[in-house]
Amino acid sequence: MNITLKIWRQKNKDDKGGFVKYQLDNVSTEMTFLEMLDYLNEKLVHEDNDEPVAFDSDCREGICGACGLYINGRPNGPQEGVTTCQLTMSAFKDGDTITVEPWRSKSFPVMKDLVVDRTAFDKLIEAGGYISVNTGAAPEANSIPVPKKNADRAFDAGICIGCGTCVASCKNASAMLFVSAKISQLALLPQGKVEAKERARNLVKTMDELGFGNCSNTGACEAECPKDIKLTNIARLNREYYKAY
Amino acid sequence: MNKVIASSISKKFVMALAGLFLLTFLPVHLGINFLLLNPDPEPFNEAAEFMATFPVIKIVEIILMLAILIHIIYGIVLQIQNWLARPRRYSSGSKSKTSFFSKFMIWTGGTIFIFLVIHFLNFYFIKLGLVDGIPVEGEAEDFYSVAYQLFKKPVYNIIYWVCFAGLGLHLFHAFSSAFQTLGLNHRIWTPVINFLAFVYAIIIPLGFMSIPLIIWLFK
Ligand code: HEM
Ligand code: FES
Repeated sequence: MNITLKIWRQKNKDDKGGFVKYQLDNVSTEMTFLEMLDYLNEKLVHEDNDEPVAFDSDCREGICGACGLYINGRPNGPQEGVTTCQLTMSAFKDGDTITVEPWRSKSFPVMKDLVVDRTAFDKLIEAGGYISVNTGAAPEANSIPVPKKNADRAFDAGICIGCGTCVASCKNASAMLFVSAKISQLALLPQGKVEAKERARNLVKTMDELGFGNCSNTGACEAECPKDIKLTNIARLNREYYKAY
Repeated sequence: MNKVIASSISKKFVMALAGLFLLTFLPVHLGINFLLLNPDPEPFNEAAEFMATFPVIKIVEIILMLAILIHIIYGIVLQIQNWLARPRRYSSGSKSKTSFFSKFMIWTGGTIFIFLVIHFLNFYFIKLGLVDGIPVEGEAEDFYSVAYQLFKKPVYNIIYWVCFAGLGLHLFHAFSSAFQTLGLNHRIWTPVINFLAFVYAIIIPLGFMSIPLIIWLFK
């Protein structure tokens, strides 16, 4: 199929940037979205003597969280529950125009083209996305019992890959779903309970300082999260925060 | 301590409490408004008098005014922060599934605010003795006849309906959002609350809107 791409191009952090249109022919529906971009880049480099489009990716199987792009008005494009690298071109048809933008958030500045700086998430992890334990041999796993229900809920939150889809989709560019996933993953388990108060305080303080927006309970994050992290986690974050004071 | 009061979640917490308090007040006010449909002006004017003078109500009234003020101030502050958090919008818009009316809270809130200004000028501030009241025939404190004279004006009716439609749209999101903000999310109860919120957001504004309509057309 033949498609038209409208891609955000920006030379560096300070460049104003703008959209550039590309016509791309002979795209296979069996390509992934990123393979399609690779294909475009080959064409740009070898045929047009142009700069390739910069975008992030690493695992290309939906587990590292590096790849997010904003495609036709939705993070990770029109397919449900996938990261951008899992998106396939079968979601589009011949003649489509596809608009590709980087994540837009004050806290995720655009570095080049479609690449954003997600250091803000690292700062959040430093602020409270951890538990403190002594190093050494791993302790006996069964010595601290964990109810199955809590283990499951912690796991469902723990599968967050930190891709930033929640921030990208939120009308307020809020990081509440990400933070709530960290809170839930740790506060539900005995090992995380010890530092629960400190964690809630530090995470919320850091989140606000980094310039993320506030939660309006709009729910776009839950609808778009490729790992299906639920809004119930945000309710838990709120509870954990109130308990911390 | 400063950090707690100023944090995003604390602001929403206070806002949700204030909003829920306002939600309990609306049915009471609506109940009194229905007395307007009584051909005898006495019950309505007595209720208005009671609300103005009974000491316990005075305290509730102060809390109510504080709640409105805090809700509005925090609402505006949060909204400005939210706008600043995304300096550059998406060109391809947003097609994600959302609680639709959550996107317009500042605008539906704004219509409520416009209504409050008109309402306070016409009734509440007169009661407090802050303004003289609009030029009406008879006594300005005879709220029954003030209401009738206003509701006979089509322009006033239209403004009234638009504002209460705004309230309804505000409440479509607000009611259930407040529970989520307070951390009250439950497998069984959240759907129940969402349903009640939906019913409330339709019934209460329609109730308010019906009164001027009936007066305008039938009285
Ligand atoms: C009778 C009047 C009002 C009632 C009953 C009411 C009720 C509520 C409730 C319960 C919420 C949900 C709070 C939460 O999400 O935790 C809310 C949100 C909101 N209200 Fe109101 N409200 C009223 C008037 C206003 C006014 C006059 C304004 C502004 C001018 C306003 C602006 C907002 C905004 C911006 C939000 C969304 C906050 C956010 O999600 O970040 N409201 N309202
Ligand atoms: S590249 Fe790893 S999740 Fe997409």
